[in-house]
Amino acid sequence: MSENRLHIDWTACDGRGLCAELLPEILVEDDWGYPLARSGEVRPVVPAALRKNAERAVDQCPALALRLVGEILNR
Amino acid sequence: MTDALWYFGRGTGLVSLVLLSIVVALGIGARSGRTAFGLPRFAVSLLHRNAGLLAVVFLLGHVVALYFDPYAQLRAFDLVLPFFAEYRPFWIGLGTVGFDLVLALILTSLLRHRLGARAWRAVHWLAYLCWPVAVLHGLQTGTDGGSWWLRTVTALCAALVLAAVVWRFTPSFPRHPDRVPRRRPRALQEVR
Ligand code: HEM
Ligand code: SF4
Repeated sequence: MSENRLHIDWTACDGRGLCAELLPEILVEDDWGYPLARSGEVRPVVPAALRKNAERAVDQCPALALRLVGEILNR
Repeated sequence: MTDALWYFGRGTGLVSLVLLSIVVALGIGARSGRTAFGLPRFAVSLLHRNAGLLAVVFLLGHVVALYFDPYAQLRAFDLVLPFFAEYRPFWIGLGTVGFDLVLALILTSLLRHRLGARAWRAVHWLAYLCWPVAVLHGLQTGTDGGSWWLRTVTALCAALVLAAVVWRFTPSFPRHPDRVPRRRPRALQEVR
């Protein structure tokens, strides 16, 4: 049930790069400043240890483009 | 006691103006480009947010103190309804306009995740209006409008905000100058 994946809404993301700063373990910036999952997944898994930082990133994204979602949404 | 209210009202007014200027400068600088002094972007955004909340605390002190100050002769509705004050209605009214704008900014920012980015951003543009309004109010309303120190502090505040604007438009500001500016045609959104 736990919402342990990070969903990035690409229509909203503005490439501000806050999320890659807060979650360097999960995200890198591409050449244009947009976040990419290190794992290559569309919705990267957020390990329990990084949960707090992921919530911070969700809270701070200037474009409200981030969300934590459960497995079920990981199509 | 009444003198204390008067001093407190002036002091908190000045502090909120300084904080507000810092908040505006940080907001302008927090766009997608480089950050000053190589600070991480999330730190700039946290500073912007927390300095904003602190400015509101001082602003409440300013308003409450002057509400109870017998000389200012404010009635309760003068705090939210501009331009009807007994004393210098226009210049106090600008303060009230600034106060209303600040309240709107804080409320919408706290409810940001429920309002959605678009509505929140629309209101947040008002922030740019709030600052000049507060500057004029500060210079023209108070006891100290003509004093060298109030003018100096206000000039420094203006210089700070101006510097942020200039920094924002320097060619080295964007981190990815070759990035195509974002446009969002409806049809494309569906495809993604
Ligand atoms: C954006 C919000 C506001 C800011 C930044 C602000 C800032 C200031 C500043 C810098 C002064 C000059 C203080 C001095 O002369 O030493 C001042 C004076 C004053 N403000 Fe505000 N103010 C704000 C909102 C308000 C509101 C909402 C009211 C009341 C309706 C108000 C009522 C007054 C009054 C009566 C004075 C004159 C105080 C005196 O010198 O006796 N202000 N304000
Ligand atoms: S913080 Fe938000 S807008 Fe910025 S890169 Fe991450 S998802 Fe995109």
